[in-house]
Amino acid sequence: MSDVLAVTEHRQGELRDVSFELVTVGRQLAADQGGELHLAVIGGDVDAFADELNLDGVSVIHTVDAGAEFNHDIYTQVTEQLFAEIEPSTLVLPNSVNGLDYAPAVASRLDVPLVTDAVDIARDGETEVTREMYGSKVETTVAVDADTVAVSIRPAEWEATDAEGDAEVREFDAEVDESAVESTVTGFEEVAGGDVDISEAEFLVSIGRGIEEEDNLPLIEELVEATDATLSSSRPIVDNGWLPKNRQVGQSGKVVTPDVYLAIGISGAVQHVAGMKGSDTIVAINTDPNAPIMDLADYAIVDDLFDVVPQLIDALE
Amino acid sequence: MKILVTVKEVAEAEDDFDIDGLDINDRYLEYDLNEWDEYAIEEAVQIKEDGEDIDVVSVTIGPERAEETIRMALAKGVDRAIRVWDDDIAATDVLDPATKADVLAAVVEQEEPDLVFTGVQAGDDSFGATGVALAETIGFEWGAVVNALDLDAEAGVANVRRELEGGIEELTEIQLPSVLTIQTGINEPRYASLRGIRQAQSKPLDVHTLSDLDLDAGVLESPLRRTEMYEPESEGEAVVFEGSPEDTADELAELLQDVGVVEG
Ligand SMILES: Cc1cc2nc3c(=O)[nH]c(=O)nc-3n(C[C@H](O)[C@H](O)[C@H](O)COP(=O)(O)OP(=O)(O)OC[C@H]3O[C@@H](n4cnc5c(N)ncnc54)[C@H](O)[C@@H]3O)c2cc1C
Ligand SMILES: Nc1ncnc2c1ncn2[C@@H]1O[C@H](COP(=O)(O)O)[C@@H](O)[C@H]1O
Repeated sequence: MSDVLAVTEHRQGELRDVSFELVTVGRQLAADQGGELHLAVIGGDVDAFADELNLDGVSVIHTVDAGAEFNHDIYTQVTEQLFAEIEPSTLVLPNSVNGLDYAPAVASRLDVPLVTDAVDIARDGETEVTREMYGSKVETTVAVDADTVAVSIRPAEWEATDAEGDAEVREFDAEVDESAVESTVTGFEEVAGGDVDISEAEFLVSIGRGIEEEDNLPLIEELVEATDATLSSSRPIVDNGWLPKNRQVGQSGKVVTPDVYLAIGISGAVQHVAGMKGSDTIVAINTDPNAPIMDLADYAIVDDLFDVVPQLIDALE
Repeated sequence: MKILVTVKEVAEAEDDFDIDGLDINDRYLEYDLNEWDEYAIEEAVQIKEDGEDIDVVSVTIGPERAEETIRMALAKGVDRAIRVWDDDIAATDVLDPATKADVLAAVVEQEEPDLVFTGVQAGDDSFGATGVALAETIGFEWGAVVNALDLDAEAGVANVRRELEGGIEELTEIQLPSVLTIQTGINEPRYASLRGIRQAQSKPLDVHTLSDLDLDAGVLESPLRRTEMYEPESEGEAVVFEGSPEDTADELAELLQDVGVVEG
């Protein structure tokens, strides 16, 4: 009852980064409680994945032969069965898009409390999970009064583990009830192609909801022209149809690493930051000194973009 | 056919705020319909407009203040609204997704919808879990982070796209009845028309207590407890340019030239 079970994630033949972060979290939690870390690898090329996941701190890797790609009905059933077998005190899952698609179902089926999107976890006696609220403006701690808990972790928040280990690899024979599999993945499609590749740009001028209206776009376009920059944006600009999808920076858009990322009227939500935090120099123009983007910025102007941008165009001409 | 749309009135913090105990002081919070739910409402209303005999009902667990938000949903084409609230709910500090799922499940039992739409996440506490927890609780199939939907009611299938990371979409067939968590950008939410706003005044908005739903206060018991709220320590080392817009713009222009991304 002090072991940890972490369920790894893969897509189209590759383990996703969060899998290696799950090892880091799981190893720490297991050590805190004097238990062992068990990993689950469900579907895909399980043997190759198990090889890659044979990392420091992992005791047992359970491989489950279950189709090539993620299916939430199968993941839910298999995780439930592994949980019954291992009887861990903590279940750790990724708060990825697929995590969103099965973690709540697993927790509900096991009748275990779930805390999502953890950025920190302490588990000595009581479990305390740190998470953010109000668009990352505040942090909260949530105490969980239960012996067994499920936590989903925010991707890219923990370091990946890469030191080799000597885990035992076990095949787990899950019994999947096919009649309860009521969803079928029929394919994948890559979107966001098109004329420009923002991930190639050296200088990105990126706009967010602070721009307010489509009618204000020409102001930014003028800046883009004056600086020979490339225009990108946060998600709401694309959702509104003001810019095409290939301009979107973030978790569900593109990952960019320009020399300069100039964020204008962008708050810095976690899904946006996932796409731009690797930029060399980050500059933010935002009226809100508490906007999360300020934590990331190297340079900032706390002011109204409609006052600053015209002056910036002037200064550059 | 009936579509149930869950909606939440979410709080947003003003630029300057302070924390009073375990939450932001109410003076600094503004309330609005959750962004993701706006897209969920629009999706349901569009299906209604395309088909025949489709009922769209919205449900919220929320205080009386939330009625303003609910009226907006009615004004945009929702037929009928339910608000669940009573003193026991008001006295509960954390409504975690599992608890909400139990309460919403009782509404599903009464309403018997074929489809339930929720948002991917609530903008304030961002659990991102209520929809899928509800699906499991009521025994519906589900799909999370849906950004395109093609409903084949006759075949009893929802053909959806799930938006994964990095610009990849998964195409999935989901059997009805199901719960779909709706992602922003799936459609273009409409503005409520004046006529819609007028009509909304006469549409039914029923308030249910837990006992109206055959539930008792025990359903609200949750092992989750918020123990702290604080502003994160700024890790930022940002150099903040000070002065008038002209001054700060000059400094920024100089920086861009120094870095070499614009010509000096
Ligand atoms: C599964 C999932 C995937 C997602 N993927 C992405 C993604 O890939 N990319 C992405 O960007 N988002 C993504 N999001 C959405 C994300 O959570 C945020 O909603 C979004 O990033 C917010 O965009 P924003 O910063 O432009 O808007 P807001 O958060 O509304 O911020 C606007 C900012 O503008 C400032 N502002 C307002 N007026 C002015 C002014 N006059 N002058 C200067 N500043 C001003 C405000 O202070 C505020 O900080 C995703 C969400 C989910 C759930
Ligand atoms: N109090 C509530 N009443 C009705 N629906 C809710 C409530 N809280 C959350 N939801 C629904 O669940 C979705 C996800 O919320 P959450 O899991 O809290 O992030 C929201 O977009 C709503 O559709």
